[in-house]
Amino acid sequence: MTAAAEPSGLYRTVALIRGFEQRAVELVRDGVIRGGIHPCTGQEAVAAGTCAALRPDDVITSTHRGHGHVLAKGADPARMMAELAGRSTGLNQGRGGSMHAADFAAGVLGADAIVGAAVPIAAGAAWAMRQAGADRVALAYFGDGAVSQGVVLESFNLAALWRVPVVLVCENNGFATSMRPADTMAGTVVGRAAAFGIPAAVVDGMDPQAVLDATTGAVERARSGGGPTLLECVTYRFDAHHTWEHTARPRYRTDEEVAAGTARDPLEIQGARIPAATRATIDAETAELLDEAVRFALAGPHPDPATALDHLYATGLRPRAGAL
Amino acid sequence: MPRLSYLKALNRAIGDEMERDPAVCVLGEDIGVAVTYATAGLLRRFGRDRVLDTPISEQAFTSFATGAAMAGMRPLIEFQIPALLFLAFEQIANQAHKFSLMTGGQTRVPVTYLLPGSGSRDSWAGQHSDHPYSLFAHVGVKTVVPATATDAYGLLVTAIRDDDPVVVFAPSGALGVREDVDLAGLAPVPLGSARIHRAGTDVTVVAVGHLVHDALAVADELAGTVSVEVFDPRSLHPFDWAGLAASLERTGRLVVVDDSNRSCGIGAEIVATAAEEMRLVAPPRRVTRPDGAVLPFARELDLACQPTRSQLRAAVEKSVGAG
Repeated sequence: MTAAAEPSGLYRTVALIRGFEQRAVELVRDGVIRGGIHPCTGQEAVAAGTCAALRPDDVITSTHRGHGHVLAKGADPARMMAELAGRSTGLNQGRGGSMHAADFAAGVLGADAIVGAAVPIAAGAAWAMRQAGADRVALAYFGDGAVSQGVVLESFNLAALWRVPVVLVCENNGFATSMRPADTMAGTVVGRAAAFGIPAAVVDGMDPQAVLDATTGAVERARSGGGPTLLECVTYRFDAHHTWEHTARPRYRTDEEVAAGTARDPLEIQGARIPAATRATIDAETAELLDEAVRFALAGPHPDPATALDHLYATGLRPRAGAL
Repeated sequence: MPRLSYLKALNRAIGDEMERDPAVCVLGEDIGVAVTYATAGLLRRFGRDRVLDTPISEQAFTSFATGAAMAGMRPLIEFQIPALLFLAFEQIANQAHKFSLMTGGQTRVPVTYLLPGSGSRDSWAGQHSDHPYSLFAHVGVKTVVPATATDAYGLLVTAIRDDDPVVVFAPSGALGVREDVDLAGLAPVPLGSARIHRAGTDVTVVAVGHLVHDALAVADELAGTVSVEVFDPRSLHPFDWAGLAASLERTGRLVVVDDSNRSCGIGAEIVATAAEEMRLVAPPRRVTRPDGAVLPFARELDLACQPTRSQLRAAVEKSVGAG
C-alpha cells in the first residue's frame, strides 16, 4: 500500500485540497487569480480516493472543477497555484489557468473546460498505453452533467467495445451548474454503463476509503485486461459552481439544503480515522506547504506578452501578428 | 430617457418576441436561473413549456430546435460559451443551414443562436475565449454582431423573426455598454444594413461588435488631424457592401478592426471585396487577432492577442500617410 492510500495519507490529500481551495478562493477575491475558479470543496474524497489507487505512471483527465484531481495525482501545489495566478512559474507557464491545469510528469493529461470532452481522450490514452505493451491505466473524471453528452456515451461504447483500460469516474455532486440530475437525466448513471456492458457501482463519494476501495477493484480490472469500469461517486459541492456566484448569488439551492449537504464532510470522516496528534501534525504541515505555495505563486513573474503565442505549434511554426 | 444596457436589451428583445409570437421558445443551459442574465425573468413569465432548461447536451438540443422549427416553432438557443458553437457546428452549419436548399424550399429553419458573452472575457483561457463569427459568415449562416444596446435589441428581434438560422454574437466587450433610449422607439434593425456611427472624410474604419467603441475612441483621439468614418456593419452575413462602397467613395481609405483570427477572418473578406470592387487610394489594412490564435490564460497574454486601440490608431495613420 502506498503512503497516499494509508488512512493518514488519504486525510493528507483531502486536507491539501481543502486548504488549497480556501486559499485559491481568497486569491480570486483579491484579484490575484483572474477569471474565477470552480472550487471542488466538499468533493475531496473522490480525488483522494481515486488517485490513491493509481500508480505514478497511470494517467488522468480532469474537468473544469479539477484542482483536486490535479493535486491528488501529484502535481506540485506551488506550481499549481502559480498557474492559477497566471505566472510563468505555473504548471502550464500561465497559458492554461484553472480550467486547463496539466502536469504530464505527474500523469495529469489536463483539465478540460468543455463538459465531457476529456472522457474519450482518457480512453484513447489508455488504449495507446496498452498498445505500447504497458499495464498502465487511464482514469477519466466527469460530472453528473456530462452523462447526457453524446461524446461521453460514445466513449463508453468504444471503451467497452475495445476493452480499453480506462476507469470512468462520475463525480455526481448534485448539480450541473444550476441543474439537478432529476431535472436533466432520464435513467441513471450506472444504467448508462450497464447499457454498454460496463460494470458499474454507486460509491459513497464523501468517504475517501470507500472511493479507494472501489477504485482499487476497477483499476485491477483495467490493468488485467478486463476493460472499463464506471464508478458513480455521490458527493456534494459545498461551494459555488464558479466563484462568480459569490457576488451574483443565483438561487438554485436553499441555505437549508446546503447545510444538509455539507453535514457529511470528507475532512471529518477521514480525520476521525486517524489519531488526533497525527491529524494535527498533517494540518500544520499542510498549512505550511500551502502558505509557501501562495508565496511561490505571488513571487512568480508575469509572462512576457511577446511570448503570447509560444507553443501554438509543436513544430515552432510562428503565426503572423494581428496588426501589420 | 431610461438607460438601457446591452444585456437588458437582449433580455427585452426575447421577452417582447415571446409576448408577440407564441411560437417563440427558448432553450439553453441554466436559462431558468439566467446565469448570463439574457433570459432573466422569462421562466416566471412564460413557464416551462416555452423556457426549456436543457441538460448539457448541446448537439442534441441544437438539432432538437431545428426539428421544432421545421414543425412550426421559432426557437432561440442560448449558448453560455462561444466554443459550444464548435460542438454544435455540425448541427448548425451542416443541418439547419442546409435544409432550405436541400429540400427544394419545402422547409425553413427559423432558429436563433444567441451568444451572450462572445470573445474574450477576463482570463477564461483557451476554450472559453473564441470569437468565431467569421466561421459562420464563411459557411453562409446569417451572422449578426451588434455593438450597442439599441442594435442588440433591434437585431435580435430581427433574428428571431427571420425564417432562416441566425447566429447573434453579443461580444463580452459590449455587454456593459449602456445608452439612453426611448423604449417605445426600439425597433427591428434589418440584416445587411450598416450603421455609420461617426461620419468622416479621410478613412473608413470598419469595426465589428465591441470594437466599434474602440474605433470611436480612436476617431476622437485623431480628431483634428484625421477625419475618421466609423462604419459598423452590424451583420456580417449578409453584409452591407453598397454602404461600404458609398463610404469609400467619400474616404478612399479602409482600415478594418476585427476580433477574428487574421487568416480567413471577416476582415480579409472586407479588404478583398473593397480591393476588387471599390474606390481605394491607399492599401487597405487590417487589425485583428494573430493568425490561428489560441488565447492564453494569463491576462497579459490574452490581451496581447486581441486588437488594440494603439494598433488601430497606427493603422489609420499609416493609411493616411500612404495616401
